[in-house]
Amino acid sequence: MAGKIATRAAYGEALCELAEKYPELVVFDADLAGATMTKGFAAKYPERFFDMGIAECNMTGVAAGLSTCGFKPFTNTFAIFASGRAWEQVRNSIAYPHLNVKVIGSHGGLSVGEDGATHQCIEDFALMRAIPGMKVLCPCDGNEMKLAVEALLNYDGPAYMRLGRSAVDIVTDEIPGYKFELDKGAVLADGSDVTVIATGIMVQMALKARELMAAEGVSVRVIDMHTIKPLDEDLVVKAAKETGCIVTSEEHNIIGGLGGAVAECLSEKCPTPLVRHGVNDEFGRSGTAAAVLEAYKLTAEGLCEKIREALRKK
Amino acid sequence: MEKIASKTLAITATKARLLGLDAVHTAASGHIGGSLSAIDAITTLYFGVMNVDPKDPKNPDRDRFVLSKGHCTPALYPVLALRGFFPIEDLKLFRSIKGHYSGHAEMRHVAGVDMSTGSLGQGISAAVGMALGGKLNKKDYRVYAVLGDGEIAEGQVWEAAMSAAKYGLDNLCAVVDVNGLQIDGATKDVMPSEPLDKKFEAFNWNVIKVDGHDYDALLKAFEDAKACKGKPTAVLMKTTKGKGVSFMENQAGWHGKAPNDEQYEQAKAELEAKLAELEGK
Repeated sequence: MAGKIATRAAYGEALCELAEKYPELVVFDADLAGATMTKGFAAKYPERFFDMGIAECNMTGVAAGLSTCGFKPFTNTFAIFASGRAWEQVRNSIAYPHLNVKVIGSHGGLSVGEDGATHQCIEDFALMRAIPGMKVLCPCDGNEMKLAVEALLNYDGPAYMRLGRSAVDIVTDEIPGYKFELDKGAVLADGSDVTVIATGIMVQMALKARELMAAEGVSVRVIDMHTIKPLDEDLVVKAAKETGCIVTSEEHNIIGGLGGAVAECLSEKCPTPLVRHGVNDEFGRSGTAAAVLEAYKLTAEGLCEKIREALRKK
Repeated sequence: MEKIASKTLAITATKARLLGLDAVHTAASGHIGGSLSAIDAITTLYFGVMNVDPKDPKNPDRDRFVLSKGHCTPALYPVLALRGFFPIEDLKLFRSIKGHYSGHAEMRHVAGVDMSTGSLGQGISAAVGMALGGKLNKKDYRVYAVLGDGEIAEGQVWEAAMSAAKYGLDNLCAVVDVNGLQIDGATKDVMPSEPLDKKFEAFNWNVIKVDGHDYDALLKAFEDAKACKGKPTAVLMKTTKGKGVSFMENQAGWHGKAPNDEQYEQAKAELEAKLAELEGK
C-alpha cells in the first residue's frame, strides 16, 4: 500500500467498503460529515446515514436505542465532543447496558493544529478508559484503521476509537508478520535495549526514533498499541522483562491514557523504569499541526530524549 | 386490541401502587411520588395499549417502552410483574444487593425493561433510536417514552425532540408526566417548563393534553396518537404527584423518600380500601 493518508480518510473509505458486507452498519454524524469523512458513506448509503445536527448527546443516545433493534451504529464527531460533551451518554446509555455502539472521535490530539486548544482533545483515552467495559482504540495508519473498522463490526459491544486529522505514512502494510488483532498490541520492530509503546501518529514517530537511536548504538523495540483498553499486558510485561525499560508515546495527556495504563500494569506486574512521552498536563494551542507537535516535542527527536532518559534509569 | 374496561385498569393500577409502596418500604428507599403520578399511564400502556408478550420479552415486533424518568421503577417494576414478566415476589429484591432490581430501570437483568435509564434526558433519545429502527426495519411497532416535567429542563430532551420531528417518527409517543413538582419544589419555581404544549408544537410534534389519572381518556389519547401520521406525538398528562396516598399527594418531599412503618401502614390501608371498593368487596 505505502503512501500517506489520514486515518479519518481511511476510516471513511472503510465504511463504504464494508457497507455491503455488513448491512446492519449505520452511520451517525453531528454536522461534521465533511471532516469526519463519513460524507462518502452518506452519499452512497443515504438511507443508512443520519445527520443529527450539532447535538452530540442526542446522537449518542439515539444510536444506543437503534442498536437495540439489531443495527450496528457508528457515531461520528470530533474526539473532544464524542468523549467529552457526550461522555455521560456514552457511559449511561451505551456502556452501562453494554450496547453495540461504536463511538468514533475524529481529530484527536494536538495535530488538529490551527483550531487550537478547544478542539485538540488530549483527554479522550483517559475519559473513555475510565468507563467499565469500554474498549479504546487508536490505530496508527490507514491500513490498520481499515482492519480496525472491520474488527469493530465483528465485536458486539461498546468501543471508542480515535481518528487523526493529518495524513500519516502507511507503515503497517510493510511489516513482515503484521496482523491486526483486537486487544493485542503489534511488535512493529524488534529491539533489545528499550521498548517504545506508542499509539496513533506516535507509532510512525517511534519508528523514526528507532532509526535515530540506532545511530547511537541503541536497539529500540517498537510496539504499536492500537488497542489501549483492554491493554495487552502480556506484551507489555514481556517487553519490560526483555528490554529492561519502557517509554510510552501518545498524542494525549501523560495522565490517564496509554502512559497511565502501562504504568498501572508495570507497577503491579513487573516494576520497570518507565518514561511517559506525551502532553505534559497542559492545553494545546493554535499552529500548523507540525508546528504544534514540534512545540510540544511530540516528534521523533522529542521521543529520543525520553528514550535516553529511560536508558539512564535502567 | 379489544378495549379494556377502565375499572380493570383501576384495579390493576391500585395493585401496582400497593406493590410499589411495599417495594419502597422494604428497600427503605426509592422514588414513590413520581411513580404514583405516572403509574396510571404505565398500567394503561402495558394492559390496554402495548403489544408485548411476557413470554417473549425481546420479540423484535413488540412495542417498546422507555422510562425516561428512570427513577420511577416503583411504578414500572410492579406493572411488569403484574403483566407477568417476572414473579411478583421478586419485588422484595428492589434496590437490594441480593437481586438485580436496581433503583433505576435496568435492561440487562430485568425482563421487560427495554432501555436502561436513570440519567434524565437520555431515555427519550434511546426511544427516538428505537422508533428510527422501526422505520428502517419496516416494522409497525410503536415506542412509548415517559418523561417527567422536571426532566424537560434537560437540553437533550429538545435535541431528541428535534430529531424525532426531522425523521417524522409517528411511531413515537412521548408521555410527559406533568405533576408540577420536582426535588427542589414546584417546577414553576425551579425551572418553569410551561407552556409545554406550545413548546412541543413549535418542535413540530402533535400534542394531546389529557388527565393522567383518567383511564378512558388515556386510552383515547394513545389511540389518537397512533392515528396521527407524519410526526411524533407528545401526550401531556396532568397528574398529581403521590396520587392515591392522601398524605403524599402534591408534596415535593415525597419525591425520593421511603415511608416509615407508620406511614407505610396508613398508605397501605388507604390503597387496600380503594382496592376493596373497586372490587366491590
